Amino acid sequence: MNRINKVLKEKKDILSIYFTAGYPNIDDTVEIIKQLDRSKIDMIEIGLPFSDPLADGPTIQESSTKALKNGMNTFKLFEQLKNIRNITGIPIIIMGYFNPILQYGVENFCKDCKEVGIDGLIIPDLPADVYIKKYEKVFKKHNLLNMFLITPQTSNKRIRLIDEISNGFIYMVSSFSVTGTINSFGKEQRKYFKRINDLKLKSSLLIGFGISNNNTFKDAINYSQGAIIGSAFIKFIKQYGINKISDFIKKIRS
Amino acid sequence: MHKSYNVDSDGYYGDFGGAYIPEMMYSNINELKSKYLEISSQADFIKEFDELLKQYVGRPTPLYFSKRLSREYNSKIYLKREDLCHTGAHKINNTIGQILLAQRLGKTRIIAETGAGQHGVATATVCALMGIKCIVYMGEVDIKRQAPNVARMKMLGAEVKPACSGSKTLKDATNEAIRDWINNPIDTHYIIGSVVGPHPYPDMVARFQSVIGLEVKEQLLEAEGKENPDYVVACVGGGSNAAGLFYPYLDDLKVNIICVEAAGMGIKTGKSAATSILGKEGVIHGSKTLLMQSKDGQITEPYSISAGLDYPGIGPMHANLFRSKRADFISITDKKAMEWGLKLSRMEGIIPAIETSHAFAVLDKKKFMKKDIIVFNCSGRGDKDLDTYINYFKL
Repeated sequence: MNRINKVLKEKKDILSIYFTAGYPNIDDTVEIIKQLDRSKIDMIEIGLPFSDPLADGPTIQESSTKALKNGMNTFKLFEQLKNIRNITGIPIIIMGYFNPILQYGVENFCKDCKEVGIDGLIIPDLPADVYIKKYEKVFKKHNLLNMFLITPQTSNKRIRLIDEISNGFIYMVSSFSVTGTINSFGKEQRKYFKRINDLKLKSSLLIGFGISNNNTFKDAINYSQGAIIGSAFIKFIKQYGINKISDFIKKIRS
Repeated sequence: MHKSYNVDSDGYYGDFGGAYIPEMMYSNINELKSKYLEISSQADFIKEFDELLKQYVGRPTPLYFSKRLSREYNSKIYLKREDLCHTGAHKINNTIGQILLAQRLGKTRIIAETGAGQHGVATATVCALMGIKCIVYMGEVDIKRQAPNVARMKMLGAEVKPACSGSKTLKDATNEAIRDWINNPIDTHYIIGSVVGPHPYPDMVARFQSVIGLEVKEQLLEAEGKENPDYVVACVGGGSNAAGLFYPYLDDLKVNIICVEAAGMGIKTGKSAATSILGKEGVIHGSKTLLMQSKDGQITEPYSISAGLDYPGIGPMHANLFRSKRADFISITDKKAMEWGLKLSRMEGIIPAIETSHAFAVLDKKKFMKKDIIVFNCSGRGDKDLDTYINYFKL
């Protein structure tokens, strides 16, 4: 069983942490994973930096720009992750925009993901219809799950379609929002979470965007199986460096 | 079987186009996709669009026969005078169309991206006309370079927001506009300024600009007794003025199409915007097309002396015209373009935008026959470029 599916089967309060590969320093990638492993989080999302990350806010864009300046690229990332499965058993997802993956070659990319032990992908600008038509087979061949996003604007009909083709979790975007712009959930968001829950989907739901502290994390797991934290984590390592990661995780979990 | 060079029902031009968008944009793009053709073919829409183009923009723009150029280059040279449009370029044809569409979609807030500021001004203009709130994203670097256009937008009541991320130019302004739309999906319409972005934008913008080519057909019939020239020539940054001129001729293979790109300092100097030569297939701003990028797929910053041509991609229609060899692509250096800016001023009394000057420089690069009828899109006037002309020629 894919590591992601195993965690989804076993846990109810999943904490997934996103960070940008090659940030703050090019060689921090593996060290961050080690620390996240020690902090006992449930999933890791590695961001493959892109020059033009449309769906991300200023924090992640800034970390991507810095990572690219540091010399990060797809080839380098796979090199860094070569022995990662000797270090951690936590499910790892790569989140990347489509163009760098396209240039690497989608098949090549999937093959290398499998080789280093990646469990799934989030490619925000690869639309569902193109995925089904052209890439589903390749992903499946290399045992990679593909996670789709839904938003408050996504119609029930489309959510059903996404549920149908999902084989991991559905990434529920918490608001009309690029990453990292809100601090607590409001009435509208709760209504939306409830609407989605009432659809009784077969796929697990994880909430992302706007989860920044213990408060929002707890709130998120009331409406889903877990939450993804990105911008708040990047801000933390920007301020405190990568050696205090366990403090951040403890605070979220407390 | 004859293949069309126009968009297919899935939003593709050959291998290019489509909608590579994050889910956060899906509902808006899907709404546009399902409604833009229906709305823009309704009688009241057509009536209002045509009236505004006539009364407000000043259409039809003349198709001007240039005696002196024709004599020098020994062929029949016509200029489609888009430089005479209100606000100084063809850009307003599209913004008029999109504002009417936005109103019919019930949108109350408009966002746009701009590089040199021409599209920003054209958007601010139609928003002022309709009394709709307008926010224009512009790279921080461009804001400094294009002060007069920033002032024009402000006078027109628009808010100009600096894009401070990445390279702080057009592509980053586009990113910021997309982010704004993601954060404001309900009340906001995004007026993209060129034939780029996810489907249906390239087709929608091309249709609003197609008035250029459709007028040429009528005007040429009157002047020459036939609708079709031998060549249509236009500069290509994103490609909207070119798409507008080419539109009715795309599938008429007897009409030769020439796209003129900015070579900048030269193709091999690393300071160029000739996307067809330097670009590779990839995805930018929601569209699969040719774009300038690094080996590992990071989008690179193009260069041209003309701010309107330094976009790292080209529209998917043009990418397909290039790959299928339907169009000739010719690139022109800064130097040649600047010389032609001066030449057109001195020979015809028309000071062109530097973008537009690139197109005319083709006359020195390609040999035409005596009987050839060539239509150039004189896409914009040079007022906005005076500073650049002044510095370049020490005027």
